[in-house]
This record gives sequence, structure tokens and C-alpha cells, in this order.
Amino acid sequence: MSTAELVLNVSGISKRFGGLQALTDISMRIERGQVYGLIGPNGAGKTTFFNVITGLYTPDSGSFELAGQPYEPTEVHLVAQAGIARTFQNIRLFAEMTALENVMVGRHVRTGSGLLGAIFRTKKFMAEEAAIAQRAHELLDYVGISAFADYKARTLSYGDQRRLEIARALATDPQLIALDEPAAGMNATEKTQLRALIDKIRNDHRTVLLIEHDVKLVMGLCDRVTVLDDGKVIAEGTPADVQRNPHVINAYLGTGGH
Amino acid sequence: MISTMTHKFFSNRWALALLLLTLPLMLQNVGHAWVRIADMSLLYVLLALGLNIVVGYAGLLDLGYVAFFAVGAYLYALLASPHLTDVFPWISVMFPDGLHLSLWLVLPMAAGLAGLFGVLLGAPTLKLRGDYLAIVTLGFGEIIRVFLNNLDQPVNITNGPKGLGQIDAVTVFGYPLSKQLDLGFIQLPSVTLYYYLFLTLVVVSVVVCHRLEYSRIGRAWMAIREDEIAAKAMGLNTRNLKLMAFGMGATFGGLSGAMFAAFQGFVSPESFSLMESVMIVAMVVLGGLGHLPGVILGAVLLAALPEALRYVAGPLQSMTDGRLNAAILRQLLIALAMITIMLWRPRGLWPTPEHGKSLNPQGGPR
Repeated sequence: MSTAELVLNVSGISKRFGGLQALTDISMRIERGQVYGLIGPNGAGKTTFFNVITGLYTPDSGSFELAGQPYEPTEVHLVAQAGIARTFQNIRLFAEMTALENVMVGRHVRTGSGLLGAIFRTKKFMAEEAAIAQRAHELLDYVGISAFADYKARTLSYGDQRRLEIARALATDPQLIALDEPAAGMNATEKTQLRALIDKIRNDHRTVLLIEHDVKLVMGLCDRVTVLDDGKVIAEGTPADVQRNPHVINAYLGTGGH
Repeated sequence: MISTMTHKFFSNRWALALLLLTLPLMLQNVGHAWVRIADMSLLYVLLALGLNIVVGYAGLLDLGYVAFFAVGAYLYALLASPHLTDVFPWISVMFPDGLHLSLWLVLPMAAGLAGLFGVLLGAPTLKLRGDYLAIVTLGFGEIIRVFLNNLDQPVNITNGPKGLGQIDAVTVFGYPLSKQLDLGFIQLPSVTLYYYLFLTLVVVSVVVCHRLEYSRIGRAWMAIREDEIAAKAMGLNTRNLKLMAFGMGATFGGLSGAMFAAFQGFVSPESFSLMESVMIVAMVVLGGLGHLPGVILGAVLLAALPEALRYVAGPLQSMTDGRLNAAILRQLLIALAMITIMLWRPRGLWPTPEHGKSLNPQGGPR
């Protein structure tokens, strides 16, 4: 286990907003092929942490390593380039574009043809376009919505929009795919399907960081879990360990006032 | 009903090509003024196609687009008229025969300069969206016009409100388009020759726009239009892509402007007012944002409508014993037409189809 390759190595991240210490000394080690859960009650700092690793905020202290390389996100668009792809808590698709085009946009960062290639339709451009389209079709198939390739994204059902977002993120060939509350607003069936999809992603040796409210989903799916409360790590370990941890029980259920 | 009919008709490429090729031959029998209207419509189509890249694809509302048209027009006007040699002795020494640069030489320069202006406008407005961007671009358009209006002092560069005249006509393979061409069986007047030149340019532009739409860059522009935050998260460098859209769109404006100057033989700041910018935006929106056939239809309609309405407003004026002013009546009718279209078809006359924009199984470029 300890020899496994580290995908994301976060050490000692702190972030302060004025008088509020949002994150204190957060460390996390995510190995390749893991589904890593990040949970915590409201206001625990999950979203702040997410925004720090996706380049929206710069941390006051601490450092990252992404797949062995030092990683310092300064601009949002460099994050995907470096290898972290994300989905959004409130789905953000390119609504008026087709499902296929949405995924094709995801390939942008791994391709390189420019204006002139497009205008003159050079051989290189045509080959690249064909490869982009093919990969996008594969990914739609992978998440199980290939039937809707030519439908506009906004016409898809809620669960399918989530899948499309995941397909679009996968299209960037990420080292780590970060899902921000993917199960929010889903019914039981959709949750089961989502679980199966994340399982499938893990089985393909991809790495997932799952930020989630739904404790049941996290406990059933994740290999390791970090629990945040009040901007600090209060527990870290396998789901079973974490569930027994008194700090966690405290944070989620309270001390009962005794 | 009407839309399915038009769709069938326009999807028949040969019918369309035949119509476009014979149109001026029919019109020139009615009167050269009608061919002239067709010529101007084609120039507006060119402008609308360019603006469609900025507004339709990248979703950046630009209300100062006519500035790029002005840049192209003045560049050709300066480089192909006696103005500069008249004002600056050192230039007339350098060019004793007068400054008569060929349009074909000026076209790439106009495209490049307008593109540069596009990037210049884009750079400070990168963080702005929607209404705020519209206000800044509107200001930019006015700045260019005010400069053109006032750059006759202290050094007379643009000749101010008097404008620049005696601009050389276009020559194609040594033949000046200002002369009537006698083919024996048919006479092609100057306006008809210009029609074919502009038509060629429009066809090339449509192909370029279409190819851009179905490319990596085109998709990236549309992604920015749809959701800039998600686009950034997907690794799109939105700064560069927006500048590219501004530059590319402006290029069309510059080309169109140079053609306009050659066609008219005269330019003055009056031709580049805010109203022009607004009309070009209206063409794009009314036709169907981001959908090429719609944009072209919008441009042709809005360019030709005011001219056609002359023939409606005139009789109306005489019917009321001249109490109705024809010019005002014309504007009123245009406004009514625009409101009706927007109420009747809020997404434009010919918008992007709902499903299956990429219906071919591979989804690749067509």
C-alpha cells in the first residue's frame, strides 16, 4: 500500500480570510486509483479547500505536489492543464451546445490546433478533429449517455447532466477528478447509478476526490476519508475507522449538551 | 410554414447559387440603384458575419463594431487617394505619381490593422461582460469616429468632417471595376462588377466562418459564451480566446471597410456613426445569433429594407399631401418591423436548430 503512487500530496495548507481562519494546517495524501472522500458539516471548509486546490484561492502557507510535480495553481485555466478536472455542485454545462460538443470542449486542453489550421483545414487539423470527436464519443459511451450525443446539454435529465459533466471532466485526461457534491439533488436510483459510475472510474485506475454531504454514499464508496470541521482535519482513515472516531461523531451529532 | 419553405429553398445550393449569380443581371434592368442596394447588402453581410464571431460565437456584446469598418475604410482611403500627397510634400516626393496602392495590397493591411484594433479593444475589457462590455465598446466606437472627425488639425490626416474623396476604384487583373464591361451579349455596369467581387468575398467569409464554428477554437468560443467559469475550469485560456475572437471579428470589419471605401470612392466620419453599429448588432440578433444562414438573412433584410421602404414611404407621403415626412416614416416602419420580428421570433428569424446541430455520426467537421 505505502509504495502506491501519490497523485495529490497536500501538506500544511492554511488559509485565512480577514479574522476567519478558514483552513488550518490541512494535509492529505491521495494515491492513484483511490476514491478519496472529503466530508464535514456545513462551514467546515470543504469548499474553501476545493477552491484552493483548483486555483481560485492562493493558500497562505503549505504546498502541493501533483503526480510528483510541485503544483502551484496561479490561474484557474492552468489547473486543468496540470491535471485536476472538476465538476460543479450546481451543474455548469455549456447549455446550448450538444452533449458531444460539451465533451469535445474538454479535449481542448490536450489538443493544439489554432485559427489557421481551422480555416485551411490542414491535414493535421482534420486528424486532430477526428480524434477529438472519437474520444468524445467514447467518453459519452463510457458514462452511458451516448444516445444523447446530438442533444443540447440543457435538454438532458438531471442525472444525465451530471454524467455529462463527469465525461467532460474526464476528457481533459486528468490525474485527479474532483467531484463537488455530485449526489446533491439526486434520487435513490440516480445515486445508485452514480455510485456505479464512480466505481467504474476507480477500476480504470483513475483517482477521484469526492466532496460530499451524503455520508452514506461516501462511506460506501471511498477508500479513504478525511473529515474536516472548523477548518481542521479531525479525522483521517478508512471509512470504518472514521465512523468510529469520537471527534467525528461529536462534529456530526453533537455532544448532547452533557 | 414559411421557414420550412425557405429552408428547403436555401438548402438547394444550386438554386441559391443561380439566384445569386443572376440577381444583378435582373436588377440592372430595373435600375442600377437596385444593384447598388444589393452591393451594400453584401458589405453588410460581411460586417454581420464578422460581428457574429464576437457576439454570436464568443458571446461578447460589441456595440462599437463600426469602428473596425472605419479603420479599414480610412486606411484604403488614405493609401489610394491624393489626400496624403497633397498634404505632405515629402510623401509626394516619395510617390511622384501619387499614392495609389492597390486594394489587394491594402486588404491584408486593413485586415491586420483592424485586427490589431480589435485586440486593443479586447484587452482592457476582458473582465467585463454583458451590459458593461457593451458600454465600453460603444465608447470605443465613438472614440474612433471622433478622432476621424477631428484629425484635420494640427496636421491634416483625415480631412475631418469633409472626408476623403477621389479614392481609387478596385482593379481586378488590371481591369478597373469603375468601367462598364462589355461582354458582347451583355453589358455589365460597374455596380454589377462590384456585386460579383463582394459576392466572392462573402462566399469566402461564409466558408471561413463555418470552418471556425466547427473547430476547436470555435467550440472554445461557444463554451465561453455559455459559461465562462466552467470554460476556465476545463482549462480554456479565456483571455487569449476572447482576444482572438475580438481580433478575428475586427478583421472582417477592416476588409469590409476597405471594400466600402473603394466602392464609394469617398469616406467621411458620418458613415461610421453609432447607429451603424446598432444596425449591425440588430442584423445579427434579428437573424439568429451564432447561426450563419440566420445572420446572413438578417443582414440582407435590414440592409435592403430601408431602401425598399423608400418606395413605400414616398407614396404614403404624397397620399397625405406631404404632411408625413418620408425619412421619419421610413424609420418608423423599420422599427415596427424589428419589433414584430422580435415578438414573433424571439430567438431570431432563423435560429440554430433545436436538436442535432451535429447530426453526422462522426460529429467531426463538415
